[in-house]
Amino acid sequence: MNILVCVSPVPDTTTKITFADNNTKFNTNGVQFIINPYDELALTRALEITEAQGGEVTVITVGTAGTEPIIRKALAIGAHNAIRVNLDPVDAMQVAKAIQVAVADKSFDLILTGRESIDHNGGLVAGLLAELMGMNLINVVTKIDVDGTTVTAVRDIDGGRETVSCELPAVLSAQKDLCEPRIPNMRGIMQARTKPLQVVEYSESATGTSVSSFELPPAKEGVKLIDAANAGELIDLLRTEKKLI
Amino acid sequence: MIAVYIETDGGSIKKSSLEALAYGADLAAQTGDQCAAVLLGSTSDVNLGDSGANKTLTITGDALSTFTAETFAAAMDQACAELDAHTIIISNTYNGKSIAPRLAVKRNAAIVSGVVSQADTSTGFSVRKSCFSNKAFAQVAVNGENRVITLIPNSYEVKSFGLSASASTSAYVGPQATVKSVSIDKVKGKIPLTEAELVVSAGRGMKGPENWGMIEELADILGAATACSKPVSDMDWRPHSEHVGQTGITIKPNLYIAVGISGAIQHLAGVSSSKVICVINTDPEAPFFKAADYGIVGDAFEVVPKLIARAKELKTA
Ligand SMILES: Cc1cc2nc3c(=O)[nH]c(=O)nc-3n(C[C@H](O)[C@H](O)[C@H](O)COP(=O)(O)OP(=O)(O)OC[C@H]3O[C@@H](n4cnc5c(N)ncnc54)[C@H](O)[C@@H]3O)c2cc1C
Ligand SMILES: Nc1ncnc2c1ncn2[C@@H]1O[C@H](COP(=O)(O)O)[C@@H](O)[C@H]1O
Repeated sequence: MNILVCVSPVPDTTTKITFADNNTKFNTNGVQFIINPYDELALTRALEITEAQGGEVTVITVGTAGTEPIIRKALAIGAHNAIRVNLDPVDAMQVAKAIQVAVADKSFDLILTGRESIDHNGGLVAGLLAELMGMNLINVVTKIDVDGTTVTAVRDIDGGRETVSCELPAVLSAQKDLCEPRIPNMRGIMQARTKPLQVVEYSESATGTSVSSFELPPAKEGVKLIDAANAGELIDLLRTEKKLI
Repeated sequence: MIAVYIETDGGSIKKSSLEALAYGADLAAQTGDQCAAVLLGSTSDVNLGDSGANKTLTITGDALSTFTAETFAAAMDQACAELDAHTIIISNTYNGKSIAPRLAVKRNAAIVSGVVSQADTSTGFSVRKSCFSNKAFAQVAVNGENRVITLIPNSYEVKSFGLSASASTSAYVGPQATVKSVSIDKVKGKIPLTEAELVVSAGRGMKGPENWGMIEELADILGAATACSKPVSDMDWRPHSEHVGQTGITIKPNLYIAVGISGAIQHLAGVSSSKVICVINTDPEAPFFKAADYGIVGDAFEVVPKLIARAKELKTA
């Protein structure tokens, strides 16, 4: 069982988001980068599966040399080897195409991604990869079981969950509840230093989208406080001022 | 032609798809184009002309009786080829998000997900999308001839266009599904959180699952869905499907009432684009008040019953 896990470096969840260069770039000054939380779940589940059934876990990141600490962390958590595609990606389509090309000479039974990256919030890479590589897709899953060549997963749907199954190879995207994320231990950190990290080049000029500017949401006008003793007044305000109820 | 995917659930059209259709219709009017509604699997007797369609196309076939990303993307591809569609609008639901990227590759289209407002077509084609977990927006230029846009539910108004749509049907010619549905487990009889216009949410301040009766009662009277903070679903006080925030569901209701929730940045990430936010918390320093429109500093166990009582009075008045 060979599993590929796509790992995106993202700003820590507590980061205060600010922009630079006339609001055209995310300001990375002083920002701590982490493994996208959903990708951490995908990686942990991949390790659990290979530990039970044999096989290897490869992590792949599309990013510049600055993303290597994140890749080393994934290796410290337990991934067997890693690939970095040397490119600062512009959009999800470019990420997916870069991954497709980088692994063209390898074969994976399972490709796992996160359900979305917490910076782009695209939620697109899994679906794009499935289509580009002609694989089955199960999006936003909270459970993955592999039995022989069949994968059974539970995916989120509006207002509930659906259990689905398909033959391998398949692309699945991890949702919270999939497993408890693993934290690297000392031995893992030591071993990670000597694990293989292959760097591949990728260049593609045309991409479909580009960000022209960023904007922060407008500030709230300030809260209108209502006395707890007359709490019922809130209902009246929502009705008369906001016409909501 | 602009094509809009119309998602159905138990035979009825989702409101989020009607929002997508209104978006497509307004975009068509803005660019002098036409807008088609695409139904997959079954026809509908709803007048989609009034919802903005110049045309409806239904793709029928047994392969489309249950949802799979593969067959539905193939059916949409077939529809878009028949319609000669260059722009495809899909609501950002779980199913919509599974179809959209597959379809983008098939149509050789650029794709932007999580779009929150109408396209700017004054120079080129650009849209605004939510990013950094609702902490910011990006204006995204979309290049090329073909594009797929996924629209966040509750970002666009449904309205009456008064058009009459011509209707046609084609048989599905794509592949059979290779992903099989084993079982579906849906929360019955409740308003799905992702579609709710009003939401009553509660956090650890409620002390325990036995105290949720008043939260459900308030939600019931208002016709709202219920939600909760992460620790509440982690402790199994409430089902996972109610967890909102950075690692839960992102929602954008017209009203979000937060009871006993501190307003941590990861919680706000999932709810901060709600149109009106009301916060009830004993602690006047709770960060949630900074993101609120209305606030009550007080004990939930005293405040919520008062809200229920007033809502009941108004209902019977
Ligand atoms: C990577 C990461 C991701 C996360 N993702 C999410 C997420 O998706 N969603 C999420 O919600 N959290 C998330 N969190 C957790 C988040 O940081 C907070 O810990 C969490 O939101 C707190 O939940 P709470 O407000 O219910 O509880 P608390 O922080 O314990 O707050 C309880 C509040 O209730 C008030 N209170 C107490 N008694 C009463 C009373 N009688 N009446 C009224 N008010 C009362 C208190 O003053 C307090 O403000 C995440 C954290 C991390 C690190
Ligand atoms: N630069 C990247 N390198 C590797 N994987 C990525 C990258 N960006 C996104 N992904 C993967 O795709 C998932 C969804 O990302 P997105 O479509 O950006 O929301 C992430 O959870 C990752 O698994």
